[in-house]
Amino acid sequence: MADITQGNTQGAQTNRARTADENPIKRFFRATEIDTRLLGMVGALVIIWVGFQIMTGGLFLTPRNLWNLTVQTSSVAVMATGMVLIIVTRNIDLSVGSVLGFCGMVMGVMQAKFLPQYLGLEHPAIWIITLLSGIAVGAAIGALQGSIIAFLNVPAFIVTLGGLLVWRGATWFVTSGQTVAPMNATFRLMGGGTEGSIGATASWIVGILACIAIVAAILNSRKQRKRFRFPLRPIWAEYFLAILGCVLVLGAIAVANSYYWPTNIARKYADANGIAWPDGGLQISHGIAIPVLVAIAVGIVMTFIATRLRFGRYVFALGGNPEAAELAGIKTRWVTVKIFTLMGILCAIAAAISTARLNAATNAQGELDELYTIAAAVIGGTSLAGGVGTIAGAMIGALVMQSLQSGMVLLGIDSPFQRIVVGVVLVVAVWLDTIYRARAK
Amino acid sequence: MKDQRTPLVEMKNISISFGGIHAVDNASVDLYPGEVVALLGHNGAGKSTLIKILSGAYKRDAGEILINGEAADINNPRDAKKYGIETIYQTLAVADNVDAAANLYLGRELRTPWGTLDDVAMEAKAREVMGRLNPNFQRFKEPVKALSGGQRQSVAIARAILFDARILIMDEPTAALGPQETAQVGDLIKQLKREGIGIFLISHDIHDVFDLADRVSVMKNGQVVGQARTEDVTKDEVLGMIIMGKVPPKAIPGPGAMQVA
Repeated sequence: MADITQGNTQGAQTNRARTADENPIKRFFRATEIDTRLLGMVGALVIIWVGFQIMTGGLFLTPRNLWNLTVQTSSVAVMATGMVLIIVTRNIDLSVGSVLGFCGMVMGVMQAKFLPQYLGLEHPAIWIITLLSGIAVGAAIGALQGSIIAFLNVPAFIVTLGGLLVWRGATWFVTSGQTVAPMNATFRLMGGGTEGSIGATASWIVGILACIAIVAAILNSRKQRKRFRFPLRPIWAEYFLAILGCVLVLGAIAVANSYYWPTNIARKYADANGIAWPDGGLQISHGIAIPVLVAIAVGIVMTFIATRLRFGRYVFALGGNPEAAELAGIKTRWVTVKIFTLMGILCAIAAAISTARLNAATNAQGELDELYTIAAAVIGGTSLAGGVGTIAGAMIGALVMQSLQSGMVLLGIDSPFQRIVVGVVLVVAVWLDTIYRARAK
Repeated sequence: MKDQRTPLVEMKNISISFGGIHAVDNASVDLYPGEVVALLGHNGAGKSTLIKILSGAYKRDAGEILINGEAADINNPRDAKKYGIETIYQTLAVADNVDAAANLYLGRELRTPWGTLDDVAMEAKAREVMGRLNPNFQRFKEPVKALSGGQRQSVAIARAILFDARILIMDEPTAALGPQETAQVGDLIKQLKREGIGIFLISHDIHDVFDLADRVSVMKNGQVVGQARTEDVTKDEVLGMIIMGKVPPKAIPGPGAMQVA
C-alpha cells in the first residue's frame, strides 16, 4: 500500500510539472480528458452543417431537416457500431447490406403473410415475434459466416463477399422477387414518422433521465478514482463535463420537440379526436423518433460491450496483437464467431428500422449499405490496421455521411455527383486521420 | 549428482516437426523448484520451440510432460497457466493498443460483481506490481505501444509474476533492455528463485545467463547436446557445446552430442 501512495505522489508531481509548462488549451483537454479525435469529428460535422446551412440559405439547420437526418442515419448507424468491432479485429464484413435485405424480407413475410394466418391481422404480438425471428435469422447468418472465418480459416473478405451475393440472392428467393407490403402498424413505429415518435413529454422525460445518467456516471467515476487514490479530474472539469453533456442532450430534445406534425396529419388527428382546430394551427411535437432511440440504445449497449465487458477487451486485444491474445489464453476463434453473430443481430435491427420506415420489404433493400457502414466506421476513426476504433465515432461517422447526402439533396445536386462527393470525402477523411495519427505519435 | 527430489517440470523425449523439419527432436529437460535452468543454443536450435510446447503455444508430436511427477495435459496456453506455467515471450506478446493494466490481466480480467471489467482494481494492482519492477513507471493510461522497449518488457514480466507462477519461462528476457534494467531483471530472477519458483531462462548469449543459472542445457539442431551444472563447467566449455556440440567431461551428454570417433 505504501508503494502505491508513493507512486501516486510521484505521479501527481510529474503531472503538476507537466501542466505548468502547458498552454491553457492543452491543460483544458488534459483536465477534462476529452478525446480530441472525437472532438475533431464533431468539429467536422459542425463545419458540414454550417456550410450547408449557408449554401442552402437556411434550409439545413431546421428542426425538420435535423429530425429527418437522424432518422435516416439510424439504420446505418446501428450497423456501424458492429462494423467497428469487426474492423478492429482486422476483419471486414461486406455482407451487411445483403443480410439486412434478407432479414428485412424474412420479417416482411413473417408479419404480412405468415403470422396473420394464425394470429389475425394487426395482432399485438406480431411485431415482437417478427422482430425476434428477424434477429434470430441475422444471428444465425452471422454465426455461420463467423464460424467459416474462424474455424475454416477463410478470409473474412471472401466469406462476406460470398455472403453479399448469397444473401441478396436468398432475399429474392423468399418471395420470388415480390415486394412485401404493407407492414404491421405496430412494427411500423420502428421506422419513425409522425406515429413513430414519442412526443414532447416523453422526450423531455428521456432527456432528463439521460442527464441524470450523465451526472451519475461522472460521480461514480470520481468515487472509483477516490477509492484507489488515482489522480482526480479538477472539480471545474467535472462540472464542465456534466453541464456540457446535459446541455447537448436537452438541446437535441428541444430541436426534436420543435418539429411539429404536418398540418394535414394534425388536422386528421384533431378531427379523429374531436379537438377543435385552433387559429394558428395545431402544433403537436414529434419528439424523438423511435428509430433514433433504438440507434442510441444500440450505441449505448455496444459501447458498454466494447469497453466494460471482458468480450470487448478481448476484441481490442485481438485486433492489437492476435498472437498475444492467443498466447494470453483467449479463445480467439470464439471471439470472432461472437463478433460476427453480433453483427448479424445488428443487421436485423437495422433491417427492422429500414423496412418499417419504407413500410415494405424489397429486394433492393440495403444495397450499398455495406459500403456506407464501412465508410461510417472508418470516417469515425476505426483503423483498418486493427485495434483502434470507437462506437461513438462510428455513429458520428454515419451522421457525417448522411449529412453530406441530405445536404446535397437540399442543394439539388444530382445523385451521381452525390456519390462522387461521398467517395472523395471518405478518402480525404481517412487521409486527414492518417496525418493526425502520425502527429499524435 | 542426481537430485532426489521430484522435478517441478520434466519434459521427456519431446519431438515436434513443422512440414518435415524436426524443430525439436527427442529432447528432454527438467527443472527443480527454486532452480534456474538456462536453455542455450544458436538461433534456430529449437529452444524457443521446445519451451513453447511447455507454455502451450505449440502441441508436441511425441513425448510427455510431467509436472510435479504427474503427467500434464497441455494443449493450449490456458492449460499451461492452470499448471502455474507463465511465459515471457521473446516477442513479449503484449497487445500494443491497450494499456499496461489491461495487458497484465489479459485473459484473466478482474470483474465486478455485475460481471463488468473492474478496471480500477486492475489498475491499482498493476500500479503495485509495476512499482516493484520499475518504480519510475507512471504511464498507466497509455497504450503499451507508446512505451519504451524496457517498459514494455517490464509489462511482460509483471504479467508473468502477477499470478503466482510456479514455473516461469523467460525467452530472451533482457533482449530489449539496457544494462541497468538487465541488472534489475537479474535481481528479480534471484528473488523469484528464493521464493521457490523454477525458471527456464532461454538465451542465445551465454554471457547473459551463465551467472544466473544453476544448470545449463544446450540445444543444437533441435537436439539436446548435453546439460551440466554451471559450477562444473566453464563458459568456454559451454560455448564449445553450443557451437560444436562437444560435451565436456563433467557434463551429461544428450542425444545431440557430437559423436567422438
